[in-house]
Amino acid sequence: MARLTPDNLLLARKIIARFPKPRSATIMLCHLAQEQDGYLSEEAMAQIAELIGATPAEVLGTASFYEMFKMHPVGKYCVNVCTNISCQLLGGEELLEHAEEVMGIRSGSTTEDGMFTLEDVECVAACTEAPAVQVNYRYFNKVSPEGFDELLEDLRSGELSRTIPPHGTLGYVRQDLDGDRIANITPPSQQVEPVWFPDGDSDEGPAK
Amino acid sequence: MSEKPRDLEITEPVEITLNGELITAQNGELLIDACERNGSYIPRFCYHPRMSPVGMCRMCLVEVDTGRGAALQPSCMIPVSDGMSVDTESDGVAKAQDGILEFLLANHPLDCPVCDKGGECPLQDQAYAYGPGESRFVEEKRHNEKPIPISDLVFLDRERCILCDRCTRFADEVAGDPLIHFIHRGSHTEVNTFPGEPFASYFSGNTVQICPVGALTASPYRFKARPWDLEETESTCTRCSVGCRVTVESSRNEVLRLQGVDSDPVNWSWLCDKGRFGFEAGNSRNRISQPLLRSESGELSEVRWNTALDGAASAISAAVDGRGPQSVAVLGGARLTNESAYAWTKLAKGVIGTDNVDCQLGDGLPAELVLGLPGASIDEVCESGATVLYLGPDAKEELPVLYLRLRHAADSDGVKIVEVGPTLTGLSPYVAESITALPGETASVVAALLDGTSEHVQASALLRDASDLKVVIGRANLAEDETITVKAANLIRESVPGATFLPALRRGNVRGALEAGLSPGLLPGGAVLAGTVPPGWQSVPTEKGGSASEILEDAANGRVEVLILLGSDPLRDFPDRSLARRALAGAKTVISVDPFVNASAELADLVLAASMFSESAGTTTNLEGRVTTLNQKVTPPGTARDDWMIAVDLTDRLGADLGVETSAADLLHEMAEFSDAHVALRDGDPVGDGVMLDISGRDLVTPAEFEVPAANAYSLRLVLNRTMYDKGTLLAESPSSAGLAGESVVKLSAADAAPLGVDGSTQVKVTSEHGSVIVAATIDPKVPKGVAVMHHVLGDVDAGTLLVSGDPVCDVRVEVS
Repeated sequence: MARLTPDNLLLARKIIARFPKPRSATIMLCHLAQEQDGYLSEEAMAQIAELIGATPAEVLGTASFYEMFKMHPVGKYCVNVCTNISCQLLGGEELLEHAEEVMGIRSGSTTEDGMFTLEDVECVAACTEAPAVQVNYRYFNKVSPEGFDELLEDLRSGELSRTIPPHGTLGYVRQDLDGDRIANITPPSQQVEPVWFPDGDSDEGPAK
Repeated sequence: MSEKPRDLEITEPVEITLNGELITAQNGELLIDACERNGSYIPRFCYHPRMSPVGMCRMCLVEVDTGRGAALQPSCMIPVSDGMSVDTESDGVAKAQDGILEFLLANHPLDCPVCDKGGECPLQDQAYAYGPGESRFVEEKRHNEKPIPISDLVFLDRERCILCDRCTRFADEVAGDPLIHFIHRGSHTEVNTFPGEPFASYFSGNTVQICPVGALTASPYRFKARPWDLEETESTCTRCSVGCRVTVESSRNEVLRLQGVDSDPVNWSWLCDKGRFGFEAGNSRNRISQPLLRSESGELSEVRWNTALDGAASAISAAVDGRGPQSVAVLGGARLTNESAYAWTKLAKGVIGTDNVDCQLGDGLPAELVLGLPGASIDEVCESGATVLYLGPDAKEELPVLYLRLRHAADSDGVKIVEVGPTLTGLSPYVAESITALPGETASVVAALLDGTSEHVQASALLRDASDLKVVIGRANLAEDETITVKAANLIRESVPGATFLPALRRGNVRGALEAGLSPGLLPGGAVLAGTVPPGWQSVPTEKGGSASEILEDAANGRVEVLILLGSDPLRDFPDRSLARRALAGAKTVISVDPFVNASAELADLVLAASMFSESAGTTTNLEGRVTTLNQKVTPPGTARDDWMIAVDLTDRLGADLGVETSAADLLHEMAEFSDAHVALRDGDPVGDGVMLDISGRDLVTPAEFEVPAANAYSLRLVLNRTMYDKGTLLAESPSSAGLAGESVVKLSAADAAPLGVDGSTQVKVTSEHGSVIVAATIDPKVPKGVAVMHHVLGDVDAGTLLVSGDPVCDVRVEVS
């Protein structure tokens, strides 16, 4: 754990090679480390610093600016309940309270089995779908307390494992809405892998 | 804050309106500076004239009108342009300042009564001057653990921090050690280190000085005084030869802190931590306050000055009568004031009549070379576009503020540095090219670079194309004989006639001591000993004396009977340890003039209590030849006194007169009678940035011929160099820095370590022809193949036992023990 695996180290070097200045790869390497471990560990940050010729403090300073890099171990699923104005009006806070109840944890903490981390979040830009919940940043709209219970059940049983990869996994599916509610968003089916993913002969040039 | 805008010569004048009046400013300079220079100080927290502006704190908002109507703009981010109209006092500006302060204070704890910064705090001062008086915020303030140590020396109170980015900018831009950084975001933003990786910068103390609030405090000063109880005087730091200007601040006759002063030609307001916190040694309980005489039982015990001086005088007279004046030798003096150095030169050479005098301890360069090389100032070396050949020691370790200047020059001013040395240094990441010269090969590597036969084509071209090459020259390796460096210097002078040199010698006033004549074969002012008697002197020595190693050799075999150690500790500092030991044992009488009973003084027969930095007034000369004043702030402990006073008293007892009528300044004036270079000092003390003396421009020094033995495949060449924190007396006596010295270690390249089976921290036996030591080995990427690096005066393992002075290089064998 923690330090990059040999495969990821190789990948990290490839990522760095894509930039004129190694430290431009900071964020991508943080993603890589978070994908590997589910969170961004101190060891990984120190190793990233070594790789890009920065100090660990600089990597931490950059990474900690971003909410979505977790500096502590989190559950397999990060469950974010929106409590901002629209969601609040439509029951977001009650939903959060319900979530704390059924998960048995306070917002901001992780269940003992390491499955879930519960967080209350500010607006996630889904006001039309309030109250909104994100699981690993995948949206669940107009969630009722009962719906939330079902959602947890599906996550536990693995029902949703295809659509929601473990926390940290990079990739597809940012938003899953009906076609008529989508404006200018590439449907998941047409999304491609992130450009820093190797696909056989990715050495041949810059981003596709 | 003492941060004034930099001096500026207006070459591109533009006219702007400042509060209704037309003023002239330099096109493109920052508005905040232009306004301050013209009498309108704009309040600020984040702006610092020696760092790039960032516009973080918003305190310097002023109304600027460039033709589109007045608008609030941060004056630290606005370059002056023609026709600009600025209002720094309007209602709008006042309201903005008021509002910004209310925000800055929203989370500030207002614990001023218990804050070290209280009384000299820009936030406090500006809140009084421009602030709202009371806050509308009723919310709970941010809470953090009160001070957390971010290094061994610096504490951080995040509650007080206003996030001005000064410390973090300093760490990144100036020191090049970005070990502190803004962490998190928004209202959670804080300055911090990476967990487990402290802010272990050699320059961390500067962040404390520039912090505009009490967020950063340094352990030596925490809770020691209130600013209004401090008295200060401007002086010069003498811990190394860079000569940074400082203020010495004391309360109740005790020095409590040093702050950097912005001297444009030297230190730009920065100090290294060793200099900044080194004053602690002066307050040490181990200072001696009375002379010490070895009693019949063999103990050093306190005696009256009369007894001590009589004892010293009779020992000297006996030696002179018995074996002639050359049987008295003076070693050291490179840490004295110019006046004291001159007094001791006059005592040794003019009164006693010995030329066995050397202020360097076998770790420097010949005086004729240092004084004779055409000089380059720090500014000239760091001048935009210059090309520099760096042949010195690791500046980051030995001359830290010179490192800051060189780093800035290379990083921001396009100065191209070619570094030639046995290892990589702290400067290596910023140089154009680092070229390895194994011990013994320095001169030949330089020769190849200059005649174009080097394989380092680019570096060679750079040096050969330079119109006026600057050379920084010193001793990167104490295990390599100085003649190799001399040879390199001569080579450069012959093949690049216009080259100028900055000698990178280490001890505080080594250059001043050499100029005062504390070196064999020299008289004050760099004159050569040739029968001319300086005015005010009775006589001069008739035969040329020996260098430190020759003096020690003579002491060891009894030719030198009285060995006077002038603030020097050969047992710790002289590279060849066994020679130093034999010398101290061999000399009939050893007299140590020192503030401490150091390792050598432990073996002395007589220790004369001397004053230290901040206890004596005078002048000092830095490595460029710049003479600045030293001011006295506190009194020495007990009856300890200035070195020149000791010389005067001793001279009296030898039946002569040193010619001091009223003060030490008489000595300087007398020297100026004789030395053209010192004439500038005759009309009063040098003030501020000081006076540059130049006594260069002599013939080449002819080094002794030597032959470097060929390296053999079984051994490594030893590099003996210094680290900033070592086991030297002054550091050991400074409580906050004493623990920073590392352990003894031998550093190897990965290529050499692997076949030996060395990994991490294996214990190895390092053997030379002359001795062997057992020490931990580590792998260091800065060390090239074929080299073993050990540090001088570090840890319990004595690397000095491996060498013999006079050997061109030292080959060692390393085996796992």
